[in-house]
Amino acid sequence: MSGILGKKLGMTSIYDDKGKVIPCTVIEAGPCFVSQVMTVEKNGYAAYQVSFDEKKEKRTPKPQVGHFKKAGVKPAYLVSEFRDIILSDLKIGDEIKADVFKEGDIVDVTGTSKGKGFMGVVRRHHFGGGSRTHGQSDRQRAPGSVGGSSFPSRTFKGTRMAGRMGGEQVTAKKLRIVKVIPDSNLLVVLGAIPGTKNSYVKVVINKD
Amino acid sequence: MQKIKLLEATQLKSTLPIFRPGDTINVQVRVTEGDKERLQSYQGIVINRRGEGMSETMTVRKISNGVGVERIFPLHSPSVAAIDVVKLGKSRRAKLFYLRSRTGKAATKVKERTAKLVPASV
Repeated sequence: MSGILGKKLGMTSIYDDKGKVIPCTVIEAGPCFVSQVMTVEKNGYAAYQVSFDEKKEKRTPKPQVGHFKKAGVKPAYLVSEFRDIILSDLKIGDEIKADVFKEGDIVDVTGTSKGKGFMGVVRRHHFGGGSRTHGQSDRQRAPGSVGGSSFPSRTFKGTRMAGRMGGEQVTAKKLRIVKVIPDSNLLVVLGAIPGTKNSYVKVVINKD
Repeated sequence: MQKIKLLEATQLKSTLPIFRPGDTINVQVRVTEGDKERLQSYQGIVINRRGEGMSETMTVRKISNGVGVERIFPLHSPSVAAIDVVKLGKSRRAKLFYLRSRTGKAATKVKERTAKLVPASV
């Protein structure tokens, strides 16, 4: 299976063989365990449910404890499904380690982006803002018209406005894996990935 | 964080000499010309060291044909082939930017220091 759950540890830079700096993100990936196998007959779709980041049983709700017990794996903080990917013959309880990837693989990394709070349209939607000159005042970062007074005399649904930004699911696509260190469960990918340090990420092989 | 440090540790140079701002050093820089590679030496006073781990850099200043030249080297870059400490300098501050505003002889004047003053580690 070419996917794993992990935790973003932070960024660093390493030198490639030509002496060039590569900015890269270090992910603590795995060990993950298969906690359930979804099949087309039973669940309507095929997927693996995978758990990551072990937690104490007393901190786990009872129904979840039962679920993990059934699979024979330790309770975990993060449980996520991998579907529509190349499925191998993993069984329930199997361990998935960072070595599912190798150096040079192209992956997509999904995570929750950093929350930016309430942001204006310039920051949130890349509006240009108003003119600084020509007698303007208070218009520099204003959104402009959101609907004419006679026509259409209303604001269209989905009009881009100021509001909460960030803290949503983002996928960084086509990142190259620079290094895999299976002993310490580390993946090193080229470039930045969404989220804060110690936030959970899902790494899946890029299908293109 | 710890794990990143461990990862970086495998990349860091282990043979860097101990030097600090004020010291005069000679840096051997790898220069690629076409498909040939040669070493170029660059000698000057260390006026700044910043960062830690992989991203640690130093600023080396010299006066070349009457013109002040500063180069910033990442300490752990493979293009920095070697660093030799030529002269030890005694400095009461970590950043010697005041040398920039000096001209003539004073521009390269830093008090010398004897090896005794070198701390066990920098």
